[in-house]
Amino acid sequence: MTPVLLLEKLSFSFGGPVVLDHVDLSIAEGEFVGLVGPNGGGKSTLLKIVLGLLQPVSGRVEVLGLAPVRARSAMGYVPQFASFPRDFPISAEEVVLQGRLGHGRLLGGYRGADREAARLAMTETGVRDLRRRPIGSLSGGQLQRVLIARALAAQPRLLILDEPTASVDPRAETDIFDLLKELKTRMTILVVSHDIGFISHYVTRVVCLNRNLVCHTTSELTGEMIQQLYGAPVRMIHHEVNR
Amino acid sequence: MSEFLEALTSQRFLQTALAGGLLASIACGVMGSYVVVKRMSFLAGGIAHTVLSGMGIAYFLGKSPIGGALVAALVAAWMIGWVSLRWRQSADTIIAALWSVGMAVGVLFISKTPGYNVDLMSYLFGNILMIRPADLYVIAALDGIILVVVLLFYQQFLAVSFDEEFARLRGLPVEFLYLLLLTLVALTVVVLIQVVGLILVIALLTLPAAIAAQFLRRLAPIMALATLLGMLFTSGGLALAYGPDLPAGATMVLLAGTGYLVSLLIAGMLGRARN
Repeated sequence: MTPVLLLEKLSFSFGGPVVLDHVDLSIAEGEFVGLVGPNGGGKSTLLKIVLGLLQPVSGRVEVLGLAPVRARSAMGYVPQFASFPRDFPISAEEVVLQGRLGHGRLLGGYRGADREAARLAMTETGVRDLRRRPIGSLSGGQLQRVLIARALAAQPRLLILDEPTASVDPRAETDIFDLLKELKTRMTILVVSHDIGFISHYVTRVVCLNRNLVCHTTSELTGEMIQQLYGAPVRMIHHEVNR
Repeated sequence: MSEFLEALTSQRFLQTALAGGLLASIACGVMGSYVVVKRMSFLAGGIAHTVLSGMGIAYFLGKSPIGGALVAALVAAWMIGWVSLRWRQSADTIIAALWSVGMAVGVLFISKTPGYNVDLMSYLFGNILMIRPADLYVIAALDGIILVVVLLFYQQFLAVSFDEEFARLRGLPVEFLYLLLLTLVALTVVVLIQVVGLILVIALLTLPAAIAAQFLRRLAPIMALATLLGMLFTSGGLALAYGPDLPAGATMVLLAGTGYLVSLLIAGMLGRARN
C-alpha cells in the first residue's frame, strides 16, 4: 500500500548549514505520529517540505504517492498562531469556511456543501457555538479548535499540526489531544510538538528530529533517547492526565 | 453651512463636486478596508506618488492627465506588487525608490512642458471643484469595476489577506489575487486623486477604514461603515471649506484626521468600560 507520507534521503539547506540531512521516514495510513526535536532541529522545515512550500535540495518526498503540491487538497494544515494577526476582522465561521477554498472554483462565494462541511467540522471540534464570534475574542484553546476545524473542513486524509498546544493552557492541551485521538480513527495525523513527555501518551509513534532522524520508537521514550536527541541530559517530568 | 446649502441648490460645479466626493467614497471605503487590514498603506502610498510621473508625461504630450494617471497607477501597482512578492525583505526600500523617482519624473516633465504652466498644486493636493460632469462617469465606472471584482472575489481576497500561507495550501492563486487586489487599489487611487490629490490620497484611503475597524469585527461591515464615513468626510469637508474659501481636499483630510482621533478616544473609553 502507498504510504501516506514518504521521505527518502531527504536533505535541505537554506544555502548555509544543512538543516535536514538524509532523512528517511515512512508514515502509513492511520498512524498518529508525533514529531519532536529541539528548536532549530528542522521540524518546521520538514513540514514546509511536506506541504510543498519548500523544495528539498536532494531526496524524494511523496504524499499519497504524489508530489506535495499535487497532494495539497488531501492535506489539512493547522499552522502556529503567528501566521496571522489576532485582531483581523473575521468570524470563527469565516475562518473555518476557508478550509473549503480551492474545491474546484476560483471565484464566487461558498455553496451549501461548503457550509455543511464547515458545520460538521465545527461541531466535531466543539466550536459551533462560537461561530459568530470574532477570532480576536477567542481564548487560545478556542482559536486552536477553530483552526483544527478549518483543516477538517477540507476533509483531509493527512492532518498536519505545527505546535498545536504551544499557546494554550494545560487543560486545553489535554482537550486538543483527546480530540486528535478521536480523529485518528479517520485520518493519518502528523503533529509537531516540543512537549515530548506529553504526546507520547497519545501518539502511535514518536519521531525525533535533529537534522537527521535520531530516534524512532513506538514505545514510550526513555531518558536516554531524549539525551541523545537534545545532546544534554533532560529532566523528565511525568504528566498526570486528569480526566 | 446655510451659505453652502444655498449655493448647492444653484451652483452646478458644487453639485458635481459633491457627487464626485460621494462616488469616490465607495471605492475609498471598500478598497481602504483591504489596505488597512492587510497593512499595505505604504504600498498604496507608493502607487499614489508614482502616479505623478504618468500625469506629468501625459501633460507633456498634451494628453489627458487622468489617462496618464490611470496608466501610471496600474504600472506602479504591478511593479510594486511584483517587487513585494519577489524581494519581500527589501520591498520597503524599493517601494521608497519608486515613490520618489516617480515624483521626480513627473516634476521634470511638467517643468519642460512648453506654454502655460500647469497648476502642480492641483495634482498634488487635488481640486474637487474642478471635477467636470464627464469625470463623474469615469469615477462611477471605476467604482463599478471595483465593486464587481470585489463581489466575485470577496472570499478569496479575505483568505489571502487573513492567512496567505493557508490560502496557498488550499490551491488559491495567491500571487494573481494579490496583484488583482493591488490593481483595484490603483484604480481607487486614480479616483481619489481627483478629489484630494495624490499626496492626500493615503488619508482618505486609510482613515475611514481605520475608524470603522475599531468598532466592527468583520470585513464587509467595515467596508460599509468606511464608505459612509468617506461620504461624511468628503461632503463635510466641502461644506466647511466653502464659506471661508479653504482648499477642499485639505479640509476633508483634516476632518477625517479629527474623526480618527475622536474614534481612538471613544474606542479607548469603550475598552476601559468593558474591562
